[in-house]
Amino acid sequence: MLKVEEKLFQDRYRVDSGRPHIQIKNAEICTHKCTEQQCTVCCPAGCYTQEGNGKVVLISDGCLECGTCRIICDEHRNLEWEWPRGGFGILFKFG
Amino acid sequence: MAEKFDVIVVGAGMAGNAAAYTLAKGGLKVLQIERGETPGSKNVQGAILYSDAIEKIIPDFRDDAPLERHLIEQRVWILDDNSYVGTNYRSEDFNKPPYNRYTIIRAHFDQWFSKKAREVGALTICETTVTELLLDGKKVVGVMTDRKGGEIYADAVILADGVNSRLATKAGFHPEIKPKDVALAVKEIHFLPQETIEARFNIGEEEGVVIEMAGTISEGMMGTAFLYTNKESITLGIGCMLSDFKKQKTTPYELLDKMKKHPSIAPLIEGGEMKEYAAHLIPEGGYNAVPQVYGDGWLIAGDAGMFVNGIHREGSNLAMTTGMLAAQTLVELKQAGKAFTAPNLSKYKAKLDDSFVMKDLKKYRRMPDIFHKNNQFFTTYPTLLSKAAQTIIRVDGVDKKTKEKEIKKSFIASRSVFGLIGDAFKFWRAME
Repeated sequence: MLKVEEKLFQDRYRVDSGRPHIQIKNAEICTHKCTEQQCTVCCPAGCYTQEGNGKVVLISDGCLECGTCRIICDEHRNLEWEWPRGGFGILFKFG
Repeated sequence: MAEKFDVIVVGAGMAGNAAAYTLAKGGLKVLQIERGETPGSKNVQGAILYSDAIEKIIPDFRDDAPLERHLIEQRVWILDDNSYVGTNYRSEDFNKPPYNRYTIIRAHFDQWFSKKAREVGALTICETTVTELLLDGKKVVGVMTDRKGGEIYADAVILADGVNSRLATKAGFHPEIKPKDVALAVKEIHFLPQETIEARFNIGEEEGVVIEMAGTISEGMMGTAFLYTNKESITLGIGCMLSDFKKQKTTPYELLDKMKKHPSIAPLIEGGEMKEYAAHLIPEGGYNAVPQVYGDGWLIAGDAGMFVNGIHREGSNLAMTTGMLAAQTLVELKQAGKAFTAPNLSKYKAKLDDSFVMKDLKKYRRMPDIFHKNNQFFTTYPTLLSKAAQTIIRVDGVDKKTKEKEIKKSFIASRSVFGLIGDAFKFWRAME
């Protein structure tokens, strides 16, 4: 299994500690209502992981700010999704 | 900030910079707001710059813009797992100035472009996120930012905030983007010595090559891939429709790594040092997905307005052109002493309809639906083409007539006679 962390290691970030810009609104919906949990597959930074107990855990530190997770969560709309505060988040060296 | 501006431009990408530059040059008091550390630090593109679009804004851009290589050769590859069938077009005509297309690195180019806007009088503030639009009834009167005392007022706001178009969505100007209307692209940049790149691609100093690809590398999804040569680096990436990714078990980075291992691609990036991995959405919904792009005190430009021609891989030129046209509309109204009301701003839509932007989008309006419903164009045909080419090229004692029959049989077995005719018709309808 390819580790996306090796790729993200090359990227530059200014992490806004303790202030994640994306949050799961209701964890119960991910666990019980969402059968596919496609965010765990589609996120290009692997921010979403499937836990053994059916939970989805989000750690947005490596977020590339593409918007994929918000758009594919179209059945449940279960994300609180904002841009990081000005100056924080991914800082592309090349883009 | 109690200061009031004629226009606020949200974003310092291609559309935002084109708008800020045009507005400032037209004598308007402009504030450009960018959430990145510097202009470009949040922006991702392949990236190819189309001279025509930037020339219309800054005619002498070649004097100091950070450009990588001008393109002299275009390769189009249809790939199956082991092969590609392709066409190359290389012309010395593309090697004579003024050059038509360049590879660029967005983080460098956008800084230059934004600096140009500042030189003609725009005010740019970075590290500032616009959180929402300020409305007075239906009229946009300014923006709320995440700075202290974050309200800033203006007579109009140009929303050049990119594909996610958060501000217009939050304000209810259009609904959330649908997975079928955007592609997710992932890309990497690999550094190699300049001489290695030039030897590998058979090019001279400052000359560049583009490879556009489609086929089984997208694993049945509607998607394309690319490889571009920069001065001392190669960027390559792959993008597929989000509605297709939604049904997949392959992650975007696995797809990219498979692409990098393809026997036709691997030797081109061999020995390179990967220095950045990026992801970005591309608005590919086409003509039918373009939202309402103006209203009382607001205009949408660039990716936020779905202005991308997917089939021709054009986006940055549409972004620059729409940003410029939005700005020109405001400059003309201001000069005529007219208010930025919705009826007056409808001039922007008229300008868009009259430009290549809407004409091209309209021409290919059926394309997204047809390709969504017919994934054989990305799976069956690349494999059939490759097999056909191999059957003809491989010398193995079988006579040519038998080979031809074999190829014909393989096509009919996969798609049936009616299927082939239907596919030809669908392809023609998509491109017509």
